[in-house]
Amino acid sequence: MKQTLNITMQRSLSATDFTNSPTLSRLSTRPLQLLLAALLLTLAFLASLAFGQLSIPLSRVITAFTHYDGSNTDHLIITTTRLARALTALTVGAALAVSGALMQALTRNPMASPSIFGVNAGALFAIVLTMTVFSISSLQNLIWVALIGAAVAGGMVYGLGSLGRDGLTPVKIVLAGAAISALFVSFTQGLLVVNQDGLDSILFWLGGSVSGRDLSLLQPLIPYGLAALVLSQLLSPHINVLLSGDEIAKSLGQRTGWLKLAMGVLIVLLAGSAVAIAGNIAFVGLIVPHMARAWVGADYRWLLPMCALLGAALLLLADLVARFLIMPQEIPIGVMTALLGTPFFIYLARRGLQNA
Amino acid sequence: MPKFYTVRHAALSLQLNLKTLSVLALLLPCVLACVLLALSAGSQWLSPLTVLNELVADGRYAFVLETLRLPRIVMAFMVGAALAVSGLMLQSLIRNPLASPDIIGITGGASAAAVFFLSFLAGSLSVYWLPVAAIIGALLTALIIYGLAWQGGVSPVRLVLIGIGLAAGMNAITTLMIVLSPIATSMTAYVWLTGSVYGTNWQDVSRLLPWLLVLLPWAMSLARSIDAQALGDATAINLGIALQRDRLLVLFISVGLAGAAVAFAGAVSFVGLIAPHIARLLVDRRFASLAPVSALIGGTLVVLADTLGRTVFLPLDMPAGVFVAAVGAPFFIYLLYRHQQ
Repeated sequence: MKQTLNITMQRSLSATDFTNSPTLSRLSTRPLQLLLAALLLTLAFLASLAFGQLSIPLSRVITAFTHYDGSNTDHLIITTTRLARALTALTVGAALAVSGALMQALTRNPMASPSIFGVNAGALFAIVLTMTVFSISSLQNLIWVALIGAAVAGGMVYGLGSLGRDGLTPVKIVLAGAAISALFVSFTQGLLVVNQDGLDSILFWLGGSVSGRDLSLLQPLIPYGLAALVLSQLLSPHINVLLSGDEIAKSLGQRTGWLKLAMGVLIVLLAGSAVAIAGNIAFVGLIVPHMARAWVGADYRWLLPMCALLGAALLLLADLVARFLIMPQEIPIGVMTALLGTPFFIYLARRGLQNA
Repeated sequence: MPKFYTVRHAALSLQLNLKTLSVLALLLPCVLACVLLALSAGSQWLSPLTVLNELVADGRYAFVLETLRLPRIVMAFMVGAALAVSGLMLQSLIRNPLASPDIIGITGGASAAAVFFLSFLAGSLSVYWLPVAAIIGALLTALIIYGLAWQGGVSPVRLVLIGIGLAAGMNAITTLMIVLSPIATSMTAYVWLTGSVYGTNWQDVSRLLPWLLVLLPWAMSLARSIDAQALGDATAINLGIALQRDRLLVLFISVGLAGAAVAFAGAVSFVGLIAPHIARLLVDRRFASLAPVSALIGGTLVVLADTLGRTVFLPLDMPAGVFVAAVGAPFFIYLLYRHQQ
């Protein structure tokens, strides 16, 4: 049973559907689809600037950038809180989605994503540990801590999941991820009990949030994020080859070990910094690659940019909905994405076996 | 001398192994020693001899021992035993050594229901209903998992994947409720989530006990079927096992045990995962051998974790769940590694 599941999952990810029959129509519509996704992202971005506790007409949103007036409260709201929030959601969404897509390729498992892999929980634990034990709370330092946590947890899950003769099966990875997540979550809870004053800030990390982040904090991260995105784009043709199987890739002269290592580093970089900025936001890395795959196919050269655009748009929209659903309070965005993602994960689990 | 003693009476049918019996005979004194140690330790250290004296004839420390420490220890033991057997049953059911009630979402469902109770109903209903809420949550979650995993029969792989997905959803709901509820309530709920037997009294013990008295023997009566299920679906059916019916029963008992334990002590994780593994190192793979050994080990584990929790960080009372995870996780990784050699 495990074997068949594994094979089906590999098939659904395999490169066949673009190497064998890249129909002409599909090739020519891909740039158009990217454009559409970019349009969607722009709309989501503008909506995120305009709507909230206080709705601001779109014309005023635009004048806030073109003719900024420091005495206009609307302009102030947009350029301070709303812009920072929208940019955070955009960056985090894109980073999570791309790292999810890379993870799915690396493990050949359509259920892989940062939250399932325990990367979120690892980064979270590292952050909470440094905040409570060493009282460090500057974001610049926390990012590095989060990256270490993410790398440790991800490495543990990868190692645990690949123990045994049958190698990395989806079920083993998912179980190992759940076990490691449970471990880090329970450590995090223990720290909280020791330091009860920290509940508010820990709930921030636990529930995930893109609000309350200053632009100046986000700025130093953007070059890293962009570099990681560009690098993964450069790797994408090689990822396509890797997807046809380790042995084929090796016989075609690919150094699969190095490629996998590079992918691992990129995953940790993207997912870890996303957690450091916005806390525990689950399932974006799972859903978005599947949506993108349905749209542009499994060719990673197109899939990765699509993931970045759709991931950013999805998180912006989720954030927007989270503001309105239970006014005047806000639903933590991580909760929003988890509630969206759970049905999707279950759908994947059911479909994976039906095809077998 | 026979190697096995076969117990057969009406529906009950199980084999007891001589080695298992000797392991049990060796384990029991160890368990009692741990309990004695747990009774001695605390904010005030009493020597084990004093403890024994006090237990026989009430003295100065009777209140500390019999009202504060003993119920807590008994509760910790029962919770650990229930979770261990629950985990063992799930591992046999899913045929995967990584399964346990906390991982496939059953504990998560119980927690969500309990936090819902603490946040929204605690004002209008007495806190005595909390266990009921948790058990209902666990059962509902298990039913949802089972229903979603059903495609003309339930396959173990689908069950576990859907369980993990649902666990994430349940955690999100729990987080949401904690965020929305006032800060005092959310702190209570949060500590409870980590798993703690803080402030247990004899009444709690007497309310958990009936669950174990019904569910544990029931589990034992399924021993033969559980062993057959481990051989694979086709073989089990050939052996005359009503596969889907028994699978549902095993799931139901396992959920009942986990739900009852979570109801009284919160979400203690990892016991259900590691206790069966330790038991497998000690005795053979029959359910009838594994279940009692797992129960003893699981119980002792939680008792020790709780003893550490209330002594190491004095005056703070750390939830036992944190220590179980701290000890359990590395040990679990070691076991997995060993298992593959």
